[in-house]
Amino acid sequence: MYRIVKKEDLAPNIKKFEIYAPLIAKKAKPGQFVMIRIDEKGERIPLTLVDASPEKGTITIAVLEAGKTTKKLNSMKEGDCIANVAGPLGIPAEIAHYGRVACVGGGVGIACIYPEVKAFKKAGNYVVSILGARTKEGLILKNEIKEFSDELYVATDDGSEGFHGFVHLLLKKLIEEGKKFDLVVAVGPVPMMKAVAGTTKPHGIKTIVSLNPIMVDGTGMCGSCRVEVGGKTKFACVDGPEFDAHQIDFDLLMIRNKRFVEEECLALNEYDKSCACQR
Amino acid sequence: MAKIREKKVPMPEQPPEERIKNFKEVPLGYTPEMAMEEASRCLQCKPRKGKEFPPCVEGCPVNVDIPGFIKAIKEGRFDDAIRIIKDKNSLPAITGRVCPYENQCEGACTLGKKNEPVGIGRLERFAADYERTRGLIIPEKPTPNGKKVAIIGSGPAGLTAAADLAKKGYDVTVFEALHEAGGVLVYGIPEFRLPKEIVKAEVEYIRSLGVKIMTDVVVGKTVTLEELLKEYDAIFIGTGAGLPNFMNIPGENLNGIYSANEFLTRLNLMRAYDFPNYDTPIKVGERVAVIGGGNVAMDCARWARRLGKKVYIVYRRTEAEMPARKEEIERAKEEGVEFLLLTAPTRYIGNEKGWVKQMECIKFELGEPDASGRRRPVPIKGSEFIMDIDTVVVAIGQSPNPLVPQTTPRLKTTKWGTIEVDEELRTSLEKVWAGGDIVRGDSTVILAMGDGRKASLSIDKYLSGNDKTWRTVTQ
Repeated sequence: MYRIVKKEDLAPNIKKFEIYAPLIAKKAKPGQFVMIRIDEKGERIPLTLVDASPEKGTITIAVLEAGKTTKKLNSMKEGDCIANVAGPLGIPAEIAHYGRVACVGGGVGIACIYPEVKAFKKAGNYVVSILGARTKEGLILKNEIKEFSDELYVATDDGSEGFHGFVHLLLKKLIEEGKKFDLVVAVGPVPMMKAVAGTTKPHGIKTIVSLNPIMVDGTGMCGSCRVEVGGKTKFACVDGPEFDAHQIDFDLLMIRNKRFVEEECLALNEYDKSCACQR
Repeated sequence: MAKIREKKVPMPEQPPEERIKNFKEVPLGYTPEMAMEEASRCLQCKPRKGKEFPPCVEGCPVNVDIPGFIKAIKEGRFDDAIRIIKDKNSLPAITGRVCPYENQCEGACTLGKKNEPVGIGRLERFAADYERTRGLIIPEKPTPNGKKVAIIGSGPAGLTAAADLAKKGYDVTVFEALHEAGGVLVYGIPEFRLPKEIVKAEVEYIRSLGVKIMTDVVVGKTVTLEELLKEYDAIFIGTGAGLPNFMNIPGENLNGIYSANEFLTRLNLMRAYDFPNYDTPIKVGERVAVIGGGNVAMDCARWARRLGKKVYIVYRRTEAEMPARKEEIERAKEEGVEFLLLTAPTRYIGNEKGWVKQMECIKFELGEPDASGRRRPVPIKGSEFIMDIDTVVVAIGQSPNPLVPQTTPRLKTTKWGTIEVDEELRTSLEKVWAGGDIVRGDSTVILAMGDGRKASLSIDKYLSGNDKTWRTVTQ
């Protein structure tokens, strides 16, 4: 059992959890993820690590309410226990000195880009952070990211803060204004990562994204998370989750992520009903 | 002396039309009377000249004293029977269900030369079930010897090694990557062939011997083998064949195409058959093609039948070459699985939403025998045809799990990714043994258990002896 040490609201539908998992905390590196199963009947879902403290023995994750499992998880309180947490899984991000690095985060992906911002800064890079969300409430961890960024830009879909429009258009604007990047790292919804890849490709900027396909075991056993990279099938859990964005078949990933859409709706509806009954 | 029955005492089982409507076990087990009658068929053979054991025991990978336990059953001494079995086999309720007896103990049975062999598997199952339903007998714990052994993987190889070493007084810790102990016994073998309650009980027995089982620990990620080596006196790697093989044909990543591992893991480990009571979903269409002819393919096909679907086994050779056990093939047929033999898919065709809707196949004929001794399937030019299908399960085998070798550069592997070992299952790394599918590739539960036993003997010899030199064939 893994105890929730601390819970924080990042946005109306995004919660941040600090979980006691000392073995994982000792090993966690930016770009890695954990598999979580909240209770005996739960499914296993991958969640990207946002932070880890080997001293406290805790790991941090950020959870966006999307289906039954994430909704149930977000209703858990400090002191509650999660049945299973396994990790850290996946290959860590390649942190090195590249020069000028743009870290692009969209939605809950902002939380996932945070450890990379920190790590790239520590490795001596000039870090430009570019964050995007639907509204200004969604610009989570802005101040934390600012602390480790040489420059910070934000975009909102509704124009409530910063650039009015999608985050890849802000990136495009910055590039066209003459900003040079040696590396772009992007984490967010698949259409956003696809758009970022499309933005950087004509400029020949190396771009890395972190993929979020459906997983079961997360250790290379089931192949549920297979993605096509450079025309070859890869398992995101053991070969990734980070890949060269210009090689990824994003359309296939979007289709594969919809495999259980009906079942996910059904589970969520049943869950909402049971919650309503208890009230 | 009364004449011996020619055939085994039949074991009651669920009829096919009934069992495809539930997920319960198919054979129902012997009553004590049936077991005693079947046990009375045993001839109590002695070892043949130059052999250590009677033929059936020679045929058993863990050398259970088969005539001994059968005699005990015949005389109604059921507790003795299970004690005799457990002396060599820590998981009898499991092997009593999933062993390929026909190639092992029963294949060597003297009675089997003219009649049906003694139902050794059925009797083993009876003894194990008899004990379990009355509460497990826990053997006295031996005096701890102060030495620590780590076991990586809680499948049949790891559990056997753990039990054997714990009985000798070692302080044993098993590391399991998943949330439930049992390895392939929980994620791979279906409920209707091996009820999960039974695996749970066997794992509890192993815990009762003092073995600690740590789930959620992915060795190679959460801790490395090298780190474990600093803490433990010996390590056994039994991480299995966890990597699913695909055919790499066009359209294989379409929605609706599963690896056998994903299909079975969702259903078995995650209980997707009970969705939405359990959270993990599975989506199975109306026409299911299972590609492959092994036991795993039969398991997938029989699962799909229980979900109420039209099911085809698609296999490129004939039934005679199928690696699946005869019994499993028969049961699949009884349950209405259709066999498309000498056939294999060449590509999958999707609909506008990215779901598989058709499969192009090619027909084969059998040519000359290949390296495996089986006749090689040769594709027939121009025999391609298209069939409507909306779900595919690719069950063409697994490869060794790469997590431990990848993160342990000093560990020697073969070109197939299996770990290199010598005759005592010692790896290239001192104090590290390996067995089961991580060494064998893609094999059976009982051979993995045999490896667990063999490694435990070698570990004990190494840790209790004075000779600490490490020689392996790979060096």
